[in-house]
Amino acid sequence: MGEFDINNVDAVYFDVLREIGNIGAGNAATSLAQLLQCKVDMKVPRVELLDFDQIGEAMGGEEQIMAGIYLLVQGDITGSIMFLLEEKSAHVLVSKLMGTEPSDGEFTEMETSALKEIGNIITGAYLNSLSALTNLTITESIPDLSIDMAGAILSVPAIEFGMVGDQMLMIQTSFTDDEELNGFFILVPDLPSYDKLLKALGVIQE
Amino acid sequence: MSDLIKVGMADLKLCTAPNGITTLGLGSCVGVAIRDTVNKVGGLAHVMLPDSTAIRNNSNIAKFADTGVAELVRQMEAAGARRTRMVAKIAGGAKMFQFQNDNALMQVGDRNVAAVKKKLKELGIKLLAEDTGLNFGRTVEFFPETGEFVIKAVGKPVKSI
Repeated sequence: MGEFDINNVDAVYFDVLREIGNIGAGNAATSLAQLLQCKVDMKVPRVELLDFDQIGEAMGGEEQIMAGIYLLVQGDITGSIMFLLEEKSAHVLVSKLMGTEPSDGEFTEMETSALKEIGNIITGAYLNSLSALTNLTITESIPDLSIDMAGAILSVPAIEFGMVGDQMLMIQTSFTDDEELNGFFILVPDLPSYDKLLKALGVIQE
Repeated sequence: MSDLIKVGMADLKLCTAPNGITTLGLGSCVGVAIRDTVNKVGGLAHVMLPDSTAIRNNSNIAKFADTGVAELVRQMEAAGARRTRMVAKIAGGAKMFQFQNDNALMQVGDRNVAAVKKKLKELGIKLLAEDTGLNFGRTVEFFPETGEFVIKAVGKPVKSI
């Protein structure tokens, strides 16, 4: 199998990426459960190649308000990882972590830093499992948070994909606890990192 | 009854009065609205990246500021608009995330805005107004009849430029 080409993704790649999503998100769900001291279930991840104009729809509309926690991925592979939560889910998560009643509307400074911390911990868990699986060194930057329209938040990873093709690859994982909590991961390795990942996993030969 | 035509990410479309045209959730992308002030032929492009020549895979011309603006103008001219009567308004180009070690990707909003302005100038189209930069997303609606460009953002009053 040759070099990875985003515009020509075959079924084997999809399986591998789904498996990465599965293991990474599984680990993230475990750390989230520990953090919140409650049970967190995870649905089977969806790996999808989306045209740019479908991205907003996939998230429930471009104007759906979401919390996006975004980190740069560094080390043997480079790129970025984003954890997205629906606004309501973000409120529920924060209230659980802080032991307060769920609020609505704007997040306080305390709540936004709690959200960043949640993002930090669970993307860290995601990347750790990826690192263990591949034997690659993977670290992450400090997180940043944006609470805004889905389209606007997703324009950031979309632009990264836009540099190499006309579609965006999303590894999407939904979490549920007793209160239905929708979260999504978008792992965006840059193009050379795809090759490294797939080589490390033995999908493509050295 | 007039329609509101929807333009997706990395896309462009034409619109004539009395219809309006919209694009939702602009982040670092830029919405470029142009109209002919006489015959009210208008259009909107949602561009993602500044420069088509910097990228190998550049077949989608609506994706880039340089080729996207040029193509919008070309299609408008084909629909009867005249270059000399065209005026533009733009919005978007936000920096959605702030990172300490600012890399090129984080500056893409600013670079998109600069590239759109450069192309408009090259084509001799006057930029009447802009709502760009900062750190929030924008939905825009453009009405070629009046030239009204409505901007909506989360937690902010609706404004028209």
